[in-house]
Amino acid sequence: MGLVQLQRQLVDYRTSLYDEGFLDEQFTQLQELQDENNPDFVVEVVSLFFEDSERLLNELSKALEQQIIDFKRMDARVHQLKGSSSSIGAQRVRQLCIVFRNYCEAQNREGCQKCLQQVKHEYSIVKTKLESMFQLEQQILNAGGSIPV
Amino acid sequence: MEVAGEVLQSGSSQELHVLAVDDSYVDRKVIEKLLKISSCKVTAVESGARALQFLGLDGGKGSLGFNGLKVNLIMTDYSMPGMTGYELLKKIKRSSAFREIPVVIMSSENILTRIDSCLEEGAEEFLVKPVKLSDVKRLTKDCVTRGETEGKDGRRVNKRKLEDDNHSSSSSTSSSPSTTASFGCSLDPSELITSPLHSSKRAKLRDRD
Repeated sequence: MGLVQLQRQLVDYRTSLYDEGFLDEQFTQLQELQDENNPDFVVEVVSLFFEDSERLLNELSKALEQQIIDFKRMDARVHQLKGSSSSIGAQRVRQLCIVFRNYCEAQNREGCQKCLQQVKHEYSIVKTKLESMFQLEQQILNAGGSIPV
Repeated sequence: MEVAGEVLQSGSSQELHVLAVDDSYVDRKVIEKLLKISSCKVTAVESGARALQFLGLDGGKGSLGFNGLKVNLIMTDYSMPGMTGYELLKKIKRSSAFREIPVVIMSSENILTRIDSCLEEGAEEFLVKPVKLSDVKRLTKDCVTRGETEGKDGRRVNKRKLEDDNHSSSSSTSSSPSTTASFGCSLDPSELITSPLHSSKRAKLRDRD
């Protein structure tokens, strides 16, 4: 595929992520912070988000497997996940966290379990999409092109 | 070793040194970037305890003793395990050595009572997360201006004096969720400036256009 087509593909892909609600304005803010001095800034922040999220989701899974659930602790974890997804603009994950927190507050085990499944699902989708987007960007850079704004 | 730090200080008098406190890796990385873009030196730590350690408020000498770099602004997350940003704020405002340093609280939750308590304890501003570059630029610009004003007349108005004044008047003014205390000028409790722009900006940006 030629460079121009790659760039067009990236722009379309990126636009779809916003249109479909996977990403919000905050992701754009992050991109605007990237410059020649720090060309991997977005990838680095998003990678931190992935690490953080995976850890939190694991801990949430474990928490829900317990006989006696510590809803307060769970809520704290969901709050963290909500915070980091908000910071990178992962809109759907963030929105699900809000619902999740309500279930934690209500100490609703079933509600929490359902929510956790949904968050895991949304998280894996946005992760895949972001990784695809980064791959496209890398292809463009490798072809000697620049990433369209 | 003990003298070298002081000599370095004079060269970077224009650059603000900001201490950022947040338990989230992601947020620390972002705030660090926002501050660097705004031409600030940044020290990012993960907890209130670490922040106190850095300042030397935990009884130890602190890093400041060694590199002589004064902290000009503290930006801290509100919800942190262990010590909250609010508790950190109180400790700083109750210390004679560091009470003059402006402290900004950041929180993803726009809770009026929380904002009021922070401002009453002497926070300069309460920012709703995610924090934007425009917020950071404005804050750091205000800090620089304040520093220049200080230099000119040599006087400093201690905002902590509010605690001697009537508490009730300061809590009745906030009609909007996000409020700011004015930088660098004498603060009359009845004149707390409210900035309705902050949180409504956040709300608007949630909508995609």
